[in-house]
Amino acid sequence: MAETASGKGMDLKYQPGFSQIAWFCIIVLYAPIAVLVLFSFNQNRSVTVWTEFSLDWYVKAAQNEGIQHAAWISLEVAFIAMVGSTILATMAALVTTRTPPYRGLNLAVAVINQPLMVPEVVTAVATLIFFAIIKKITGVTGIGYLIAAHTAFCVPFAYMPIRARLEDMDLSLEQAAADLYAPPFQVFRRVTLPLMMPGILAGAMLAFIVSLDDVIITLFVAGPGETTLPLYILGQIRRGVTPEINAVSTVFLGISVILVTLIFLFGTDKNKGKQ
Amino acid sequence: MPATRSVNKQLSAAVVAAEKRLRHTRYGLLAPGILTIFVISIMPLSIVLVYSFLKPGDFGGVTWEFSTQAYLQLLFEEDIFDETLSFTTDYLEIFFRSVSLGVFTTIACLVVGFPTAYFIATQPPSRRNAWLFLITIPFWTNLLIRTYAMLLILRDQGVINLSLIKIGVIDRALPLLYTDFAVGLGLVYAYLPFMVLPIFASLEKLDFRLIEAGYDLYATRFKVLKRIIIPLAKPGIAAGCILVLIPSLGAFITPALLGGGKSLMIGNLINLQFGQARNWPFGSAIALVLMVLVMLSLLAYLRYGARKGGSSHG
Repeated sequence: MAETASGKGMDLKYQPGFSQIAWFCIIVLYAPIAVLVLFSFNQNRSVTVWTEFSLDWYVKAAQNEGIQHAAWISLEVAFIAMVGSTILATMAALVTTRTPPYRGLNLAVAVINQPLMVPEVVTAVATLIFFAIIKKITGVTGIGYLIAAHTAFCVPFAYMPIRARLEDMDLSLEQAAADLYAPPFQVFRRVTLPLMMPGILAGAMLAFIVSLDDVIITLFVAGPGETTLPLYILGQIRRGVTPEINAVSTVFLGISVILVTLIFLFGTDKNKGKQ
Repeated sequence: MPATRSVNKQLSAAVVAAEKRLRHTRYGLLAPGILTIFVISIMPLSIVLVYSFLKPGDFGGVTWEFSTQAYLQLLFEEDIFDETLSFTTDYLEIFFRSVSLGVFTTIACLVVGFPTAYFIATQPPSRRNAWLFLITIPFWTNLLIRTYAMLLILRDQGVINLSLIKIGVIDRALPLLYTDFAVGLGLVYAYLPFMVLPIFASLEKLDFRLIEAGYDLYATRFKVLKRIIIPLAKPGIAAGCILVLIPSLGAFITPALLGGGKSLMIGNLINLQFGQARNWPFGSAIALVLMVLVMLSLLAYLRYGARKGGSSHG
């Protein structure tokens, strides 16, 4: 080990300029967000000239009925889509990891991941047309369409961590339970499900974030009165920037950061368990 | 002498045959993948395909009459008065812009993302996790909000312009916003994490003894990078490129906010047809052209992957 760093103290892994580029990368990724967050606390109406610290814009945003309504719609859609897509993804992950390989298995995986390969705007168009046909035939309208669309495109995001978890899991515990005459459902409920729970939770949170963040599919599919928070923000930005948008965005960012942190903690916890 | 020549001939014939067989197996292995992508992309798009050959309805939707008007419209403009067609580059320009911005974004992300991924992969585990976390956060945060943050930086009263005016470099705001430059910058900013994470995944498993061997054989740092590190990271690089290129080609939010009406991309054009213009068949036709571009990128990706597998033998 020590020999690798011998000679003139040469670091094998070093490449000139790479660390500077990495730092540059982080600054580029975070500087705009930092500016956005900073000016959400600005007392002044400007989003670029700092005057004084204040929480006025948060209060204003919280009292804004448009924002309240949009936030409620967003949470409703994201919650139902999260539950639905996580159940679908869990089932799919069990089929693709806990059954012997069969013809069409790869096709199945590809179909599940398909929304990741097609540009979102194309999916949005296909969904819009598809729903328009259904609406014409059945005459049913409502927020159900939006929820269905969100559920569908959240499935691959929920699927990824659940599948990863299942692939990492040791089969011997499940086999031991089966050897002790546990019926298949009991094996699943008492052994497999608790073990795959971190994956399911991570998947559910990803699905929630993805649904909460979605703009394009929602823009195409949402009917009148179904403005989600991102759609509301998009509309406001087009009308002109105000610190109120910064305040809403900051809260939004905060939620994403908390959820991503939780997912990350689940991930590292899993690794610790393995070591 | 003639004997040797004939042996040589036989040998080279055998080599050619072996290569041919290898190529056949390779395509044989590749075919299911291509087929799968074809099938799964075509199924949901079949409705879009049908719609692109219909006539637009009066208030959105379609009338069920066959027409190739949507595709003609991509290239030709109909005169309102005498209904003659004349060639127009309006839409071609938007397609060209989308492709060139997509390629630019991919290259720029690679140039910044590869060194970053390598740097993270060579950090000690504790610091590596912190770096990964910093890259992952933007990956999952709202693209709209991140683009809005970029808008705050670039606009006339934005951070860049105000600081430049303050130090006296310029006396009037530079028109940064609503340009191809702004859109390109926004796309790089948006999709940079998509490049870093897959490259990191392939560099994470890098065997540093290979690098040591390279230095032992008197390779320079650049040679080690070019001949050892980059070839080993190729799967990650290819995956990163495709993950950046596909969403860049279909970008909507970034050009909508940073390009304004001046720097439209395919995504905006599609949105326009399903929104204000109420021309669903035309919108469907544009969506299909976008899909063709994406399929071409995916085919290039698959071929590239296959070729890479073969080169390790030679």
